[in-house]
Amino acid sequence: MPKVLMKGNEAIAEAAINAGCLHYFGYPITPQTEISEYLAKRLPKVGGVLIQAESEIAAINMVLGASAAGVRAMTSSSSPGISLKSEGISYLVGCDLPAVIVNVQRGGPGLGGIQPSQADYYQATKAYGHGDMRLIVLAPSTVQEMATLTGEAFDLADIYRTPVIILADGAIGQMMEPVDFSERKPREIPPKDWACTGHGGTRKRNIINSLMLDPEALEKSVRERFERYKKIEETEVKYERFMTDDADIICVAFGIASRICKSAVTAAREKGIKAGLLRPITLWPFPKAAIAEAANTAKAFLSVELSMGQMVDDVKLACECRRPVEFFGRTGGVLPSPAEVTAKIEAIAAQL
Amino acid sequence: MTYNILIAGFGGQGILFAGKALAKMGMNEGLYVTWLPSYGPEMRGGAANCSVVLSDTEIGSPLVPEPDILISMNIPSFDKFTPKIKPGGTLFADCSMIDKKCTRTDINAYYIPASALASDNDLQGLANVVMLGYFLKVTGIFDYDKFLLDITSGIPASRANLIEGNKKALAIGYAYEG
Repeated sequence: MPKVLMKGNEAIAEAAINAGCLHYFGYPITPQTEISEYLAKRLPKVGGVLIQAESEIAAINMVLGASAAGVRAMTSSSSPGISLKSEGISYLVGCDLPAVIVNVQRGGPGLGGIQPSQADYYQATKAYGHGDMRLIVLAPSTVQEMATLTGEAFDLADIYRTPVIILADGAIGQMMEPVDFSERKPREIPPKDWACTGHGGTRKRNIINSLMLDPEALEKSVRERFERYKKIEETEVKYERFMTDDADIICVAFGIASRICKSAVTAAREKGIKAGLLRPITLWPFPKAAIAEAANTAKAFLSVELSMGQMVDDVKLACECRRPVEFFGRTGGVLPSPAEVTAKIEAIAAQL
Repeated sequence: MTYNILIAGFGGQGILFAGKALAKMGMNEGLYVTWLPSYGPEMRGGAANCSVVLSDTEIGSPLVPEPDILISMNIPSFDKFTPKIKPGGTLFADCSMIDKKCTRTDINAYYIPASALASDNDLQGLANVVMLGYFLKVTGIFDYDKFLLDITSGIPASRANLIEGNKKALAIGYAYEG
């Protein structure tokens, strides 16, 4: 299949259709509105439905309804809009419903700005909703990954009956790169025998509900869910390593920051500094083991983020304080330049 | 081989289109390409720019803080970005929009009255393609015929009337003697 040049946001939209998602509910917000714009054009032509909801809260609850009926459903928004969805996300978890939720992050807090950001890392990986819960969080760094990880997100959501987050940023959403939609092979999906599809009296009815007033029963259901989380942590971790084998200083970065780091690492190597990059593709489950292993040989880590430093905590936990973990970031919608990151790598190298 | 290109001007001048045309051609030539627009509460007449990277190796950062090549189509972008061109780099300026010359001696500067050439030839709105024609001739990055085919093949059948205009605009830019 020939490559096409498209925006990251458009790649998510096309990949969703390719994954069989014919139900999209959303409310416009920069910098991700191209997703609904694209789907508004395409979905009616392929028998799908797009509803521009009256609010983000309505949209996430429409996703819940569609998912309960057994179809693949998606919503997308950007940071402030995602905060509004957090109640619905928790309900999706409580109902064990698959869904794909895209956050093309912008600067915060509050209404913030509209330029790229990664400051929703804590929210995405720790607390997208109330209660004992986890979500699979995927972090694309190219337009190609916007497509492949969207397909992957739908499969993971169905296999584990959980919402999956695509944590992108305004830069990857707005930029264009070549993308090949045939690159990914779909996984095998278990039948949705739990869905409320109507049965004409031929079987016992299915009930989708997150209310459980009996503490013992609620604890049991949470524990069962955590068994699934354990399996996800064991089998679904994804990351990329770039020049880490002999690296003294390993940058850890995801999304657009990892692209900037790749350039910075290459520049540092040209100056004779052994730098490398470890790029988490799944932010949850976090590639803890890969970082712990890298800590056996690397002398220091540098977490580079479009925030005041959030993932840096997870890097510290993963290497169990065996190595110094430094941080460099820009926030509010400012993108760090490769030169700034290289300068930080040089400063760390000078102290080793 | 990596070209870091910045194209800048007013919204409505076809800045983003020009960048996309270069990125698409690069893709069709088998290069790695990225196209990153400035985005915001922008409108016709406001500032617009896009970063295009063409490379034969994988592209890290898609940002172009220091361009090898700047294509500038208005005074604010000329003032803002000309000092950032890498030494040895190249400037293309629409001198019908920009009434000054670059004072730097460590870059190559090329001037073309693209907007005037477009309006004199009844090609309103195609100054961007005139710029691209001149850019192609000076840099030789892409083959002229392939590029012409590439930009005109992107025009939908319902707007076939645009094909001749684009063809003419590209030819005028390519034929321009500085």
